[in-house]
Amino acid sequence: MKPFSLTQPKDADAAIQAHAKLPDAQFIGGGTNLLDLMKYGVMEPKSLVDLQDLSFQEIGEGSDGGLRLGAGVTNAETAEHPKVKKDYPLLSQAILSGASPQLRNMATNGGNLLQRTRCYYFYDCATACNKRRPGSGCAALKGFNRIHAILGASDHCIATHPSDMCVALVALDAVVKVRGPEGEREIAVEEFHRLPGENPEKDTVLKESELILSIELPSSNFSKHSHYLKVRDRESYAFALVSVAAALQLSGGRIVDSRVALGGVAHKPWRARASEDFLKNKECDRDLFLEAGKLVVKDARGYGDNDFKLELAPRAVAEALLQAWKGQES
Amino acid sequence: MNNSSLNKVSFTVNGQTIEEEVASWVTLLDFLRERLHQYGTKKGCDHGQCGACTVLVNGKRVNSCLVLAARLEGKEVTTVEGLSSNGELHPMQAAFLEHDAFQCGYCTPGQICSAVALVEEGTAATRDEVREWMSGNLCRCGAYNNIVDAVSEVLDAQKGVRV
Repeated sequence: MKPFSLTQPKDADAAIQAHAKLPDAQFIGGGTNLLDLMKYGVMEPKSLVDLQDLSFQEIGEGSDGGLRLGAGVTNAETAEHPKVKKDYPLLSQAILSGASPQLRNMATNGGNLLQRTRCYYFYDCATACNKRRPGSGCAALKGFNRIHAILGASDHCIATHPSDMCVALVALDAVVKVRGPEGEREIAVEEFHRLPGENPEKDTVLKESELILSIELPSSNFSKHSHYLKVRDRESYAFALVSVAAALQLSGGRIVDSRVALGGVAHKPWRARASEDFLKNKECDRDLFLEAGKLVVKDARGYGDNDFKLELAPRAVAEALLQAWKGQES
Repeated sequence: MNNSSLNKVSFTVNGQTIEEEVASWVTLLDFLRERLHQYGTKKGCDHGQCGACTVLVNGKRVNSCLVLAARLEGKEVTTVEGLSSNGELHPMQAAFLEHDAFQCGYCTPGQICSAVALVEEGTAATRDEVREWMSGNLCRCGAYNNIVDAVSEVLDAQKGVRV
């Protein structure tokens, strides 16, 4: 790693001020992705602002019967929290499907939202990458792109967002609470990550020196019928090729409401609203679920090595909905 | 508020108090090996992928290659060197020997620290669950079957005690 300074503020305002003032600063939560990228030379901040002494380290009651997840709480603690397991099993399952126990013990909820892509070319400083070095090109477009996006990509970037947790958060209508030099605001997780367009170097809509305080989960009617399905090259400790967060609210066999979101298919967690609209007021059925899945890839395209995802994604949606229907909570 | 590339930090390693000035970019792994000359903790990938550097911080297993030493103020670090007591091997160490749960042994200190934490966490009960919850520790020699045997034996013994 290149030398950098470490600042250890005691509260959020001091952290925001330090970030705004120090040269080329990054916040550090668990550091599992940031230090990894710094060792590869992909990110080279001159200053790190340590968030571990800040006060948002708790899971507590949110507004209107919801749950507040402190940004500094670890992924492991979140997944094992009794209230998360009981009311948001989809989130617990998604978190536990990612990384390893060691990494989940370190990684924070705020940091998980800010994970960078695992595109091979982003990590390889010898290759072109518009996300790492804007204007240098995209080596993935005509390179090895097995793990890359089929939805919402651009000629500038076809990388995917790597998080499992965020796919569940999008399905659960979670909201990110942030504070910056200009005050606090709330951003729906669905709007938090952006599509690459002409600026793939920007992963999120966060403004300069804005700090994530918490993730707000609204109360949920989906705890009985939800499932996180993760399809990958290795059964454990691997990123998703395609993942699906599916949840159903049922009355008998009829679908009152549903949630479908996908990971591994786009630059952001992908909420499949057309599929959700299609499922409304219909009777649960395997063929129906597959039709809902096909709607996801209506405007999708492959780039060669990842063409298989065009077939895998609809099937994964169908399987996740089937498992959710059966009521498998974990 | 300190803003510096040299940081005063105080923490314990296997019960011994450490008070040192460390550069911001020194990882716990490098600190253990290069400063304390405790070579039990191994450097494999140095990127949090292989688990060879696994140690316990405040009882939780972590990849020491991704921990900055300067962030450890007040924390308790336990490495493989700190598991035995009064000359007696930790039950997990004994089980690894008993089941021949290694070939070259390079991943073993990380495997053992990880397994000790796994038993403490109480989330894994079956052999499949042991595999899942040990997935952050790779073994290049492929001694996985024997590793699962060793971990399962300690888990089962623990269950007997707890009832």
